[in-house]
Amino acid sequence: MKKIISFVLIAIMALSFSSCGRASEYIGELHVYCFGDYFDPELMYKFEDETGIMVVLDSFDTNEEMYPVIKNGTADYDLICCSEYMISQLIAEDLIQKVNKENIPNLKYIDEKNLKMLESIDEGNQYAVPHTWGTYGILYNTDHIKKGEITSWKDLWNEKYSNQIIMLDSLRDAMMIPLKILGCSENTLSEEEVSKATDLLISQKPLVYKYANDATRDLMIGDAADIAVITSGEVLYVQDCNDHMNYVIPKEGTEVWSDCWAITKSTKNKEYAEKFINFMLRPENALANFEYLTYAIPNTGMYSMMDKEYLNNEVLFPSDETLERCETLVTLDADTRKMYSRYWKKFKAI
Amino acid sequence: MYKRKLLASPFMVMILIGTIIPLCAIGYYGLTDELGGFTFENLLAIFEPDHLKALELSLILAAVSTIICFLIAYPLGLILRDSKLGEKGFIIFIFIIPMWMNFLLRTMAWQTMLERNGLFNSLMDFMGIPFVEIMNTPYAVVLGMVYDFLPFMVLPIYNVLSKMDKSVIEAAYDLGASKLKVLSKVILPLSVPGIVSGVTMVFVPSLTTFVISNMLGGGKINLIGNIIEQEFTVTNNWNLGAGLSLVMMIFIVISMAFIAKFDKNGEGGLL
Repeated sequence: MKKIISFVLIAIMALSFSSCGRASEYIGELHVYCFGDYFDPELMYKFEDETGIMVVLDSFDTNEEMYPVIKNGTADYDLICCSEYMISQLIAEDLIQKVNKENIPNLKYIDEKNLKMLESIDEGNQYAVPHTWGTYGILYNTDHIKKGEITSWKDLWNEKYSNQIIMLDSLRDAMMIPLKILGCSENTLSEEEVSKATDLLISQKPLVYKYANDATRDLMIGDAADIAVITSGEVLYVQDCNDHMNYVIPKEGTEVWSDCWAITKSTKNKEYAEKFINFMLRPENALANFEYLTYAIPNTGMYSMMDKEYLNNEVLFPSDETLERCETLVTLDADTRKMYSRYWKKFKAI
Repeated sequence: MYKRKLLASPFMVMILIGTIIPLCAIGYYGLTDELGGFTFENLLAIFEPDHLKALELSLILAAVSTIICFLIAYPLGLILRDSKLGEKGFIIFIFIIPMWMNFLLRTMAWQTMLERNGLFNSLMDFMGIPFVEIMNTPYAVVLGMVYDFLPFMVLPIYNVLSKMDKSVIEAAYDLGASKLKVLSKVILPLSVPGIVSGVTMVFVPSLTTFVISNMLGGGKINLIGNIIEQEFTVTNNWNLGAGLSLVMMIFIVISMAFIAKFDKNGEGGLL
């Protein structure tokens, strides 16, 4: 019996020593909470080797899933990456803090254009550092539909394409489409406009093949439908598998989105988080992320390093004229959010 | 005596962490509003037309799937009971094999099979039969439910049928009963416990599922499970989500009590 006990004790001691040894290699930990698979994983190891800070990465699928975790403080995250409208909600509820721009010299690489876009949610660009950005538009298969035939969101209501359409399945993004058709803002507070938009969504339902978000890419590659509403970041990947895909930003304009880094209020490792952001903004790392994700990254340092073919690609980098017609999602107050969900549910129920 | 109690403690802890505490949490959220005040509003929300509609559709789809599962499983049980011993184990084994695989993966497989250019339609096309467009319709959802939950119906029915005392059936034949009479007056009543547990094990998960309707319904089939899921993941209204789950629990308890009425011996069922 004694032998066993001493053996166990030795084993415990040995284990604790080894774990000590491991921890001493690192000077500290950085807890990152990010959309799943949203930067090149190689970069994480590179960052760890370079700085000696261990990165602990957790991921989520939707902003709505992340929000209660940050709000209730159930886990200590230092750095998060989420969409701009969620950033504005987190600012309003005092859950994230301003970045110290002096600690992030690579901020100079960020495209002015993108900073300006974020002004509507983060005045003076004090909280959010853009990671990726893009638009929503219509992707269609030119094997089945003549190129140039689709120019407007209204085409998604054309009975000719019945059962060929894949629509978005997330509240704000899906509402954006009928709101744009009606000529309203995608951030409207008017119940009347939301109600009209819901009626449009309901009338479209019989024509829709499927409501999907992340699955859309594979469905289009698999030729399950001819038309899909998709984010620009996925287009290169789809075109890589099937050349005959055309992406168009409808003439009514669309939603332009940015996913941003932000530092939580509760962090104890603010410098580490800033180091990580600075690291991600370094042009060669931005390029690695672009090549990994194929999402547009607003980094001017990266522009000079990348293929001209990509840089001139309107899908990734829409012209200023197109961007004029686009709008950024802003978070709504609690009552309006409830009103939106009520109409969304009504649409879902039919 | 004291030692025995000690032995039970791991299970007590398990029940506490796995059942009691979550139930209390659901009860707490379900019976309060966002500010923490007591309210029945979340429970009564089931009477809103959108929720009632989803509940009605869930009930219909769950009932249809349960009936189809029963119609497949019962004859199968009878055949297996009468067949020679050797094959029996093997056939049951074949029915259980799919259960070794994650049910999400199995549902996903149906997704790719039923898609417009999926395996199923390619095969149909090859044989010159027109496309079957059941993907993203209630039919696909029922198909998924039947496929996923069929083993839960087969096993208890097979169990009760194979254990049935043969002499009772022989006695019925001796007394001059026809085959149909034996089935309806002897075998069926004696197998009620198996049917009851089979029905509950298929009906309850079909009623509350949201994964199958999400994957095979294309976001167009809105079951009560989907509504509850959306309250947690999209609209962030945990109180309403928990309230509706409470209503569903009450609903399931009632329907199980109703089913258990048929089970006079009290051998099957979960109540």
